[in-house]
Amino acid sequence: MLKTLFDKVWKSHIVESIPKGPSVLYIDRHFIHEVTSPHAFEELKCRVLLIYKKERIIATVDHNVPTKNQHLPILDALSKKQVKILVENCKINGIDFFGLLHNNQGIVHIIGPELGYTIPGITIVCGDSHTSTHGAFGSIAFGIGTSQVSMVMASQCLLQKKPKQMRIHLVGLTKISVTPKDIILYIISKVGTDGAVGYFVEFSGKVFRKMSMEGRMTICNMSIEMGAKGGLISPDKTTLNYINKIKYFPKNILLEEALPYWRTLYTETDFFLDRECYFYASDITPMITFGTNPGMCVNIVSRIPRINANAAYQEAISYMGFKVGCSLKGLPIQYVFIGSCTNARIEDLRIVAHVVKNKTKAFHVLALIVPGSKQVVFQAKKEGLDQILQKSGFEFRDPGCSACLGMNEDKLPFRAYCVSTSNRNFVGRQGFGSRTLLASPLVSALVAIEGKIIDVNRFLWKKLKF
Amino acid sequence: MEKIEVLVSKAIPLSLENIDTDQIIPARFLKSSKREDFGSNLFRDWRYTDKGLIKENFILNNPKYAGKILVVGRNFGSGSSREHAAWSLFDYGFRVVTSSFFADIFKENALNTGLLPIEISELYLQYLFKTITYNRNILYSVSLIRQIIKIDKSFLYDYFSMEKYKKTCLMKGQDDIDFLICLKYKIKTFELNSYS
Repeated sequence: MLKTLFDKVWKSHIVESIPKGPSVLYIDRHFIHEVTSPHAFEELKCRVLLIYKKERIIATVDHNVPTKNQHLPILDALSKKQVKILVENCKINGIDFFGLLHNNQGIVHIIGPELGYTIPGITIVCGDSHTSTHGAFGSIAFGIGTSQVSMVMASQCLLQKKPKQMRIHLVGLTKISVTPKDIILYIISKVGTDGAVGYFVEFSGKVFRKMSMEGRMTICNMSIEMGAKGGLISPDKTTLNYINKIKYFPKNILLEEALPYWRTLYTETDFFLDRECYFYASDITPMITFGTNPGMCVNIVSRIPRINANAAYQEAISYMGFKVGCSLKGLPIQYVFIGSCTNARIEDLRIVAHVVKNKTKAFHVLALIVPGSKQVVFQAKKEGLDQILQKSGFEFRDPGCSACLGMNEDKLPFRAYCVSTSNRNFVGRQGFGSRTLLASPLVSALVAIEGKIIDVNRFLWKKLKF
Repeated sequence: MEKIEVLVSKAIPLSLENIDTDQIIPARFLKSSKREDFGSNLFRDWRYTDKGLIKENFILNNPKYAGKILVVGRNFGSGSSREHAAWSLFDYGFRVVTSSFFADIFKENALNTGLLPIEISELYLQYLFKTITYNRNILYSVSLIRQIIKIDKSFLYDYFSMEKYKKTCLMKGQDDIDFLICLKYKIKTFELNSYS
């Protein structure tokens, strides 16, 4: 008898199990992008293999595309070549491709749900670790390497060992000023960046039930940062409402037929998984990172904790230019980046626009807004958000991964502080020697206005309501 | 893929924990469309300064250390799923990476590349670090058949676990694509049963 959400989806996609070995897992959706796919196409060519199911693949460009003047040719020769190779490969193989000027272009993990490719109860892979985003719909989604990309292309299957299961349960409700990003940063800081290695994490609790789909995607997106293979949230009414609203929902999927299956996708409450974690939602406050991994984060007003006899910890803090025992409050910030597959959806832009309306950013701050996809751009323009943001002095760019990983021109200078809504604050991730502080879009917007890190707790209680 | 059975080599220690794939190969070096020359960008920001000068104090730049075995602290390869990380290690000349545990995706990527990720106990890992610092010319031997790692010609060894399927793959130099292609008939039947 299958009792967990993960088991239900996993079992229904097993083609064959090798005794004492991995299982052959059938993959329903496969997203590809320009950085990790060229070698996979090359591999297939070398072995004289064809793509097995081209209709299950969609391709887009996001990782190294410019976010300014996308209609002009790409300046960087290597990026241009990668994009060109992807275009050619898609044309030859007949794969759906959303190029730079296509209305559906955007970050893979944002266009997937937007275009109705992500639905509950399926398996999704992509050559990118943040594929776990799609778990928000109650499907098994995880990142793979390039060799595995070629495997999926050739056979639509993957050899996978079944991961263990873990449940993270949040008790109660959060404070008003807390956004999904704060929740996941809090969880990562408690579980640790390697705390969930080998596990597939399911999030449960009232907080997640009340959360919007965008928020759930943010949560699942960052589940990879605690080492998990992926994250899951069981589908419910919110999920259905989201799917019903999608403009481009594929015609070949009949909602009436799918619904009975989707209704079975939940974990029985009395069933214990391999590992259970409980946290109190009321403990969560607006968070910010102070170190060089997403687990090193604290409440925005508290001091950097002292951990003795850990050289790596000390090194991380000194790289960031901080000292243990100091508070981040009042730290001047030069860059603010709002974007990436974690926080570049329309809801995040709405929060930012709401905060910065009728205000201007601090003069020394360069504030960058990179929406997740062209659809998000259109929606933002429809609601007039771009006007509000530009009036406040934010740069409103075209979609792409941008400064999250610094593969295009949007890099930070040496030793610059950047409050970012992205997902990783590794050494040099946003450019050589750059210092990243991860925070929610709300905190980032307020930092852009003030030019320094401020106490968000108090500000919000007075002025903001969700 | 290259076959691995027994490897006897010196080892290079890197006693840092939580080394992420952005450190192994920074994102700006992922732009190559061919799978070659990734070795020169391995640990790029640790080996070179921003002006391209060699950082002498980093262990890979120390000519006294050499070997095909890399010994690293726990949670190696976390972060991005880029297989380029495994490629760059392989391209640089490493054939075995030893740690007390690896990030999931990195481990799979390494196995698919032909780089053997060995998970040993934390205790034995610290022992390895100690022996290397004591004498950097000690030879270590890794036997995939017996699934053990030890100092060559000594008796203190540690087992590492390895899936039986993956073990045969590595020993024969096969990979998963060959296996999956052979299953095509079963995959088609599965599709017919589940999707119609």
